[in-house]
Amino acid sequence: MGLKDDLAPPAAESGGWPVEETPKSVFTTRLEKMVNWARAGSLWPLPFGTACCAIEFMSVVSSHYDLARFGAEVVRFSPRQSDMMIVAGTVVDKQAPILKLIYEQMCEPKWVISMGVCASSGGFYRAYHVMQGIDELVPVDIYVPGCPPTPEGLIYGIIKLQEKIQRGEPSRYQEIRDERRAAEAERHELVGA
Amino acid sequence: MAQFVADRLSAEFPEAIQRILDERGDLTVWVSREHVHDVLAFCKRDDVLRFDFCMDVTAVDYQPLGGEPRFAVVYHLYSLTTGRRVRIKAGVPDDDPVVPTATDVWKATDWFEREVYDMFGIRFEGHPNMKRILCHHDFQGHALRKDYPADLRWRLVRPDDLVNEISPREMERIRAGAEHALSD
Repeated sequence: MGLKDDLAPPAAESGGWPVEETPKSVFTTRLEKMVNWARAGSLWPLPFGTACCAIEFMSVVSSHYDLARFGAEVVRFSPRQSDMMIVAGTVVDKQAPILKLIYEQMCEPKWVISMGVCASSGGFYRAYHVMQGIDELVPVDIYVPGCPPTPEGLIYGIIKLQEKIQRGEPSRYQEIRDERRAAEAERHELVGA
Repeated sequence: MAQFVADRLSAEFPEAIQRILDERGDLTVWVSREHVHDVLAFCKRDDVLRFDFCMDVTAVDYQPLGGEPRFAVVYHLYSLTTGRRVRIKAGVPDDDPVVPTATDVWKATDWFEREVYDMFGIRFEGHPNMKRILCHHDFQGHALRKDYPADLRWRLVRPDDLVNEISPREMERIRAGAEHALSD
Protein backbone atom coordinates (compact mmCIF):
# COMPACT_ATOMS: atom_id res chain seq x y z
CA MET A 1 0.00 0.00 0.00
CA GLY A 2 2.90 2.35 -0.60
CA LEU A 3 3.94 2.34 2.99
CA LYS A 4 7.66 2.05 2.28
CA ASP A 5 9.36 5.39 2.20
CA ASP A 6 11.00 6.47 -1.01
CA LEU A 7 13.72 8.35 0.85
CA ALA A 8 17.18 7.65 -0.46
CA PRO A 9 19.53 6.29 2.22
CA PRO A 10 21.90 8.88 3.76
CA ALA A 11 25.19 9.33 1.96
CA ALA A 12 27.87 6.75 2.76
CA GLU A 13 30.33 9.37 4.11
CA SER A 14 27.77 10.49 6.76
CA GLY A 15 27.57 6.91 7.99
CA GLY A 16 24.58 5.52 6.08
CA TRP A 17 21.66 4.14 8.07
CA PRO A 18 22.18 4.18 11.85
CA VAL A 19 22.17 0.41 11.97
CA GLU A 20 25.12 -0.94 10.11
CA GLU A 21 23.55 -4.04 8.75
CA THR A 22 19.81 -3.42 8.46
CA PRO A 23 17.95 -6.70 8.70
CA LYS A 24 15.59 -7.40 5.79
CA SER A 25 12.54 -7.37 8.05
CA VAL A 26 12.94 -3.69 8.89
CA PHE A 27 12.17 -0.71 6.72
CA THR A 28 11.94 2.98 7.36
CA THR A 29 9.03 5.31 6.75
CA ARG A 30 7.56 8.56 8.00
CA LEU A 31 5.15 8.68 10.91
CA GLU A 32 2.55 10.54 8.87
CA LYS A 33 2.59 7.82 6.22
CA MET A 34 2.38 5.13 8.84
CA VAL A 35 -0.64 6.80 10.48
CA ASN A 36 -2.41 7.23 7.13
CA TRP A 37 -1.77 3.59 6.31
CA ALA A 38 -3.28 2.53 9.63
CA ARG A 39 -6.29 4.79 9.22
CA ALA A 40 -6.99 3.67 5.66
CA GLY A 41 -6.78 0.03 6.66
CA SER A 42 -9.11 0.20 9.65
CA LEU A 43 -12.11 2.31 8.73
CA TRP A 44 -15.04 1.78 11.07
CA PRO A 45 -18.23 2.38 9.16
CA LEU A 46 -21.38 3.94 10.57
CA PRO A 47 -24.36 2.95 8.44
CA PHE A 48 -26.93 5.73 8.08
CA GLY A 49 -29.31 3.44 6.24
CA THR A 50 -32.68 4.84 5.27
CA ALA A 51 -33.69 2.86 2.17
CA CYS A 52 -32.86 -0.02 -0.16
CA CYS A 53 -29.18 1.00 -0.38
CA ALA A 54 -28.91 -0.14 3.24
CA ILE A 55 -29.94 -3.64 2.16
CA GLU A 56 -27.13 -3.59 -0.40
CA PHE A 57 -24.77 -2.39 2.30
CA MET A 58 -25.71 -5.44 4.37
CA SER A 59 -24.57 -7.72 1.59
CA VAL A 60 -21.32 -5.77 1.31
CA VAL A 61 -20.47 -6.48 4.94
CA SER A 62 -21.73 -10.07 4.81
CA SER A 63 -19.55 -13.05 4.01
CA HIS A 64 -20.02 -13.14 0.23
CA TYR A 65 -18.56 -9.70 -0.53
CA ASP A 66 -16.82 -9.47 2.84
CA LEU A 67 -15.81 -5.91 3.53
CA ALA A 68 -13.42 -7.31 6.15
CA ARG A 69 -10.94 -7.89 3.32
CA PHE A 70 -10.54 -4.10 3.24
CA GLY A 71 -10.35 -3.67 7.00
CA ALA A 72 -13.74 -1.97 7.22
CA GLU A 73 -15.96 -4.64 8.71
CA VAL A 74 -16.40 -3.27 12.22
CA VAL A 75 -19.81 -1.68 11.66
CA ARG A 76 -20.65 0.61 14.55
CA PHE A 77 -24.06 2.01 15.34
CA SER A 78 -22.65 4.70 17.56
CA PRO A 79 -21.19 7.73 15.80
CA ARG A 80 -18.71 8.10 18.65
CA GLN A 81 -17.01 4.84 17.68
CA SER A 82 -16.86 5.25 13.93
CA ASP A 83 -14.99 7.35 11.41
CA MET A 84 -16.67 6.63 8.07
CA MET A 85 -20.35 7.44 7.71
CA ILE A 86 -22.06 5.64 4.85
CA VAL A 87 -25.30 7.42 4.02
CA ALA A 88 -27.24 4.68 2.27
CA GLY A 89 -30.62 5.84 1.06
CA THR A 90 -33.01 8.71 0.65
CA VAL A 91 -32.74 11.49 3.22
CA VAL A 92 -35.90 13.55 3.56
CA ASP A 93 -36.00 17.11 4.88
CA LYS A 94 -37.59 15.90 8.12
CA GLN A 95 -34.57 13.67 8.75
CA ALA A 96 -32.00 16.36 7.99
CA PRO A 97 -31.46 17.44 11.61
CA ILE A 98 -30.98 13.79 12.64
CA LEU A 99 -28.31 13.27 9.97
CA LYS A 100 -26.55 16.46 11.04
CA LEU A 101 -26.66 15.54 14.73
CA ILE A 102 -25.22 12.07 14.11
CA TYR A 103 -22.51 13.44 11.85
CA GLU A 104 -21.49 16.03 14.41
CA GLN A 105 -21.11 13.35 17.09
CA MET A 106 -18.41 11.57 15.08
CA CYS A 107 -14.82 12.15 16.16
CA GLU A 108 -12.23 13.48 13.77
CA PRO A 109 -10.83 12.44 11.40
CA LYS A 110 -14.10 11.51 9.71
CA TRP A 111 -15.19 10.74 6.20
CA VAL A 112 -18.56 10.47 4.48
CA ILE A 113 -19.55 8.17 1.65
CA SER A 114 -22.75 9.04 -0.16
CA MET A 115 -24.09 5.70 -1.35
CA GLY A 116 -26.54 5.73 -4.24
CA VAL A 117 -28.20 8.48 -6.24
CA CYS A 118 -30.74 9.43 -3.57
CA ALA A 119 -28.08 10.42 -1.08
CA SER A 120 -25.92 11.97 -3.82
CA SER A 121 -28.48 14.09 -5.66
CA GLY A 122 -31.98 13.19 -4.48
CA GLY A 123 -32.21 10.65 -7.29
CA PHE A 124 -35.62 10.41 -8.83
CA TYR A 125 -37.11 12.20 -5.82
CA ARG A 126 -37.05 15.64 -7.36
CA ALA A 127 -39.85 16.51 -5.03
CA TYR A 128 -41.10 18.59 -2.15
CA HIS A 129 -39.75 16.42 0.64
CA VAL A 130 -36.29 15.05 -0.22
CA MET A 131 -32.85 16.63 0.17
CA GLN A 132 -31.27 17.07 -3.26
CA GLY A 133 -28.03 15.46 -2.12
CA ILE A 134 -26.76 15.17 1.45
CA ASP A 135 -23.92 17.58 0.61
CA GLU A 136 -26.48 20.30 1.29
CA LEU A 137 -25.78 19.46 4.91
CA VAL A 138 -22.65 17.35 5.44
CA PRO A 139 -19.34 17.31 3.54
CA VAL A 140 -19.08 14.25 1.26
CA ASP A 141 -15.79 12.58 0.31
CA ILE A 142 -16.95 9.85 -2.06
CA TYR A 143 -20.08 9.62 -4.17
CA VAL A 144 -21.06 6.12 -5.27
CA PRO A 145 -23.57 6.14 -8.17
CA GLY A 146 -26.25 3.51 -8.67
CA CYS A 147 -29.82 2.76 -7.66
CA PRO A 148 -28.74 0.96 -5.61
CA PRO A 149 -24.99 0.61 -6.32
CA THR A 150 -23.73 -2.94 -6.68
CA PRO A 151 -21.69 -4.27 -3.75
CA GLU A 152 -18.66 -4.02 -6.03
CA GLY A 153 -19.53 -0.37 -6.57
CA LEU A 154 -19.52 0.41 -2.87
CA ILE A 155 -16.31 -1.56 -2.35
CA TYR A 156 -14.73 0.47 -5.16
CA GLY A 157 -15.84 3.66 -3.41
CA ILE A 158 -14.30 2.50 -0.14
CA ILE A 159 -11.05 1.60 -1.93
CA LYS A 160 -11.01 5.08 -3.48
CA LEU A 161 -11.48 6.58 -0.01
CA GLN A 162 -8.63 4.45 1.31
CA GLU A 163 -6.39 5.68 -1.50
CA LYS A 164 -7.33 9.25 -0.68
CA ILE A 165 -6.47 8.75 2.99
CA GLN A 166 -3.26 6.95 2.04
CA ARG A 167 -2.16 9.91 -0.09
CA GLY A 168 -2.60 12.10 2.98
CA GLU A 169 -5.26 14.31 1.40
CA PRO A 170 -7.52 16.20 3.79
CA SER A 171 -11.07 14.98 4.16
CA ARG A 172 -13.81 17.14 2.71
CA TYR A 173 -14.65 18.10 6.29
CA GLN A 174 -11.13 19.41 6.84
CA GLU A 175 -11.15 21.25 3.52
CA ILE A 176 -14.34 23.10 4.37
CA ARG A 177 -13.13 23.81 7.88
CA ASP A 178 -9.84 25.25 6.59
CA GLU A 179 -11.64 27.37 4.01
CA ARG A 180 -13.86 28.78 6.73
CA ARG A 181 -10.93 29.45 9.03
CA ALA A 182 -9.07 31.26 6.24
CA ALA A 183 -12.11 33.39 5.49
CA GLU A 184 -12.47 34.14 9.19
CA ALA A 185 -8.82 35.16 9.49
CA GLU A 186 -9.16 37.41 6.45
CA ARG A 187 -12.18 39.08 7.96
CA HIS A 188 -10.28 39.71 11.20
CA GLU A 189 -7.40 41.22 9.24
CA LEU A 190 -9.77 43.54 7.43
CA VAL A 191 -11.35 44.59 10.70
CA GLY A 192 -7.89 45.08 12.25
CA ALA A 193 -6.75 47.32 9.37
CA MET B 1 -72.46 -8.73 -4.72
CA ALA B 2 -71.94 -5.05 -5.43
CA GLN B 3 -75.60 -4.64 -6.28
CA PHE B 4 -76.59 -5.90 -2.84
CA VAL B 5 -74.48 -3.24 -1.10
CA ALA B 6 -75.74 -0.55 -3.45
CA ASP B 7 -79.36 -1.47 -2.82
CA ARG B 8 -78.89 -1.64 0.91
CA LEU B 9 -77.25 1.81 1.07
CA SER B 10 -79.69 3.53 -1.27
CA ALA B 11 -82.62 2.09 0.69
CA GLU B 12 -81.20 3.39 3.97
CA PHE B 13 -80.01 6.81 2.69
CA PRO B 14 -82.22 7.81 -0.25
CA GLU B 15 -81.41 11.54 0.17
CA ALA B 16 -77.67 11.24 0.95
CA ILE B 17 -76.50 9.20 -2.02
CA GLN B 18 -75.68 11.22 -5.13
CA ARG B 19 -74.30 8.66 -7.52
CA ILE B 20 -73.56 4.95 -7.62
CA LEU B 21 -70.94 3.58 -9.99
CA ASP B 22 -70.36 -0.12 -10.51
CA GLU B 23 -67.20 -0.67 -12.51
CA ARG B 24 -66.85 -4.43 -13.04
CA GLY B 25 -67.99 -5.15 -9.51
CA ASP B 26 -66.01 -2.31 -7.92
CA LEU B 27 -68.69 -0.29 -6.22
CA THR B 28 -68.27 3.47 -5.71
CA VAL B 29 -70.89 5.40 -3.80
CA TRP B 30 -70.88 9.22 -3.91
CA VAL B 31 -72.32 10.67 -0.73
CA SER B 32 -73.00 14.25 0.27
CA ARG B 33 -70.55 15.61 2.80
CA GLU B 34 -73.27 16.26 5.38
CA HIS B 35 -74.22 12.59 5.48
CA VAL B 36 -70.84 10.89 5.01
CA HIS B 37 -70.38 10.21 8.72
CA ASP B 38 -73.83 8.59 9.03
CA VAL B 39 -73.21 6.43 5.96
CA LEU B 40 -69.82 5.28 7.25
CA ALA B 41 -71.21 4.49 10.70
CA PHE B 42 -74.04 2.53 9.11
CA CYS B 43 -71.60 0.62 6.89
CA LYS B 44 -69.71 -0.53 9.95
CA ARG B 45 -72.56 -1.17 12.38
CA ASP B 46 -75.17 -2.66 10.08
CA ASP B 47 -75.51 -6.39 10.79
CA VAL B 48 -75.69 -7.32 7.12
CA LEU B 49 -73.01 -5.06 5.62
CA ARG B 50 -70.44 -5.33 8.45
CA PHE B 51 -67.69 -3.20 6.88
CA ASP B 52 -65.46 -3.69 9.89
CA PHE B 53 -62.18 -2.74 8.21
CA CYS B 54 -61.44 0.75 6.89
CA MET B 55 -58.50 0.02 4.63
CA ASP B 56 -57.68 3.56 3.55
CA VAL B 57 -58.78 7.15 3.67
CA THR B 58 -57.42 9.32 0.91
CA ALA B 59 -58.44 12.26 -1.26
CA VAL B 60 -58.42 13.45 -4.86
CA ASP B 61 -57.86 16.95 -6.22
CA TYR B 62 -60.02 17.37 -9.33
CA GLN B 63 -58.81 20.91 -10.05
CA PRO B 64 -57.17 20.22 -13.46
CA LEU B 65 -60.39 18.51 -14.57
CA GLY B 66 -62.43 21.49 -13.41
CA GLY B 67 -64.14 19.35 -10.81
CA GLU B 68 -66.94 20.89 -8.79
CA PRO B 69 -66.51 20.55 -5.85
CA ARG B 70 -62.74 20.54 -6.12
CA PHE B 71 -61.82 17.70 -3.73
CA ALA B 72 -63.20 14.30 -2.92
CA VAL B 73 -62.44 12.34 0.24
CA VAL B 74 -62.30 8.61 -0.46
CA TYR B 75 -62.92 5.77 2.01
CA HIS B 76 -62.05 2.20 1.08
CA LEU B 77 -64.01 -0.25 3.19
CA TYR B 78 -63.67 -4.01 3.44
CA SER B 79 -65.64 -6.56 5.35
CA LEU B 80 -63.63 -9.36 6.92
CA THR B 81 -66.89 -11.22 7.53
CA THR B 82 -68.44 -11.12 4.07
CA GLY B 83 -65.42 -10.32 1.90
CA ARG B 84 -67.24 -7.39 0.27
CA ARG B 85 -65.66 -4.07 -0.60
CA VAL B 86 -67.06 -0.60 -1.15
CA ARG B 87 -65.59 2.80 -1.96
CA ILE B 88 -67.33 5.82 -0.42
CA LYS B 89 -66.60 9.24 -1.92
CA ALA B 90 -67.63 12.65 -0.65
CA GLY B 91 -67.13 15.93 -2.51
CA VAL B 92 -65.40 18.72 -0.57
CA PRO B 93 -65.40 22.35 -1.77
CA ASP B 94 -62.20 24.40 -1.98
CA ASP B 95 -63.45 27.32 0.14
CA ASP B 96 -64.53 25.15 3.10
CA PRO B 97 -62.40 21.97 3.12
CA VAL B 98 -63.84 20.29 6.21
CA VAL B 99 -65.19 16.76 6.67
CA PRO B 100 -66.45 15.12 9.87
CA THR B 101 -63.94 12.65 11.30
CA ALA B 102 -64.45 8.89 11.15
CA THR B 103 -62.12 8.17 14.08
CA ASP B 104 -65.14 7.44 16.29
CA VAL B 105 -66.19 4.71 13.83
CA TRP B 106 -62.80 3.15 13.02
CA LYS B 107 -59.92 4.19 15.25
CA ALA B 108 -57.53 3.29 12.42
CA THR B 109 -58.59 6.31 10.40
CA ASP B 110 -56.67 8.58 12.79
CA TRP B 111 -53.40 8.61 10.82
CA PHE B 112 -55.12 8.32 7.44
CA GLU B 113 -57.04 11.53 8.12
CA ARG B 114 -53.90 13.28 9.27
CA GLU B 115 -52.22 12.25 6.04
CA VAL B 116 -55.12 13.65 4.00
CA TYR B 117 -54.89 16.88 5.99
CA ASP B 118 -51.12 17.05 5.43
CA MET B 119 -51.28 16.39 1.69
CA PHE B 120 -54.53 18.12 0.70
CA GLY B 121 -55.36 20.55 3.50
CA ILE B 122 -58.74 18.97 4.17
CA ARG B 123 -59.55 19.23 7.87
CA PHE B 124 -61.42 16.52 9.75
CA GLU B 125 -63.76 17.97 12.32
CA GLY B 126 -63.64 16.21 15.68
CA HIS B 127 -60.28 14.51 15.04
CA PRO B 128 -58.32 14.09 18.31
CA ASN B 129 -54.98 15.30 16.87
CA MET B 130 -55.48 17.18 13.61
CA LYS B 131 -51.94 18.02 12.53
CA ARG B 132 -49.39 17.09 9.90
CA ILE B 133 -48.09 13.52 9.93
CA LEU B 134 -45.58 13.17 7.06
CA CYS B 135 -44.22 16.65 6.37
CA HIS B 136 -42.30 18.54 9.03
CA HIS B 137 -43.76 21.42 11.01
CA ASP B 138 -42.01 24.15 9.01
CA PHE B 139 -43.68 22.94 5.81
CA GLN B 140 -46.02 25.43 4.13
CA GLY B 141 -48.93 24.43 1.92
CA HIS B 142 -50.17 20.97 0.98
CA ALA B 143 -47.98 18.96 -1.37
CA LEU B 144 -50.50 16.83 -3.25
CA ARG B 145 -52.73 19.73 -4.27
CA LYS B 146 -52.44 20.09 -8.01
CA ASP B 147 -51.46 23.76 -7.76
CA TYR B 148 -48.50 22.99 -5.47
CA PRO B 149 -45.14 23.17 -7.35
CA ALA B 150 -43.82 19.59 -7.28
CA ASP B 151 -40.25 20.46 -6.21
CA LEU B 152 -40.93 23.35 -3.82
CA ARG B 153 -39.18 22.50 -0.55
CA TRP B 154 -39.26 24.00 2.92
CA ARG B 155 -36.22 23.83 5.16
CA LEU B 156 -36.74 22.31 8.55
CA VAL B 157 -35.30 24.87 10.95
CA ARG B 158 -36.29 23.47 14.34
CA PRO B 159 -35.86 19.68 14.78
CA ASP B 160 -39.10 17.74 14.79
CA ASP B 161 -40.08 16.15 18.08
CA LEU B 162 -41.00 12.69 16.86
CA VAL B 163 -42.61 11.64 20.14
CA ASN B 164 -45.29 14.26 19.83
CA GLU B 165 -46.50 12.53 16.65
CA ILE B 166 -48.66 10.50 19.00
CA SER B 167 -51.80 12.27 20.22
CA PRO B 168 -51.92 13.12 23.94
CA ARG B 169 -54.85 10.74 24.40
CA GLU B 170 -53.00 7.88 22.68
CA MET B 171 -49.91 8.62 24.80
CA GLU B 172 -52.03 8.31 27.93
CA ARG B 173 -53.27 4.92 26.76
CA ILE B 174 -49.73 3.74 26.08
CA ARG B 175 -48.53 4.91 29.50
CA ALA B 176 -51.49 3.30 31.25
CA GLY B 177 -50.45 -0.06 29.78
CA ALA B 178 -52.22 -3.18 28.58
CA GLU B 179 -54.97 -3.41 31.21
CA HIS B 180 -56.32 -0.04 30.16
CA ALA B 181 -56.30 -1.09 26.52
CA LEU B 182 -58.21 -4.27 27.35
CA SER B 183 -61.03 -2.39 29.07
CA ASP B 184 -61.41 -0.18 26.01
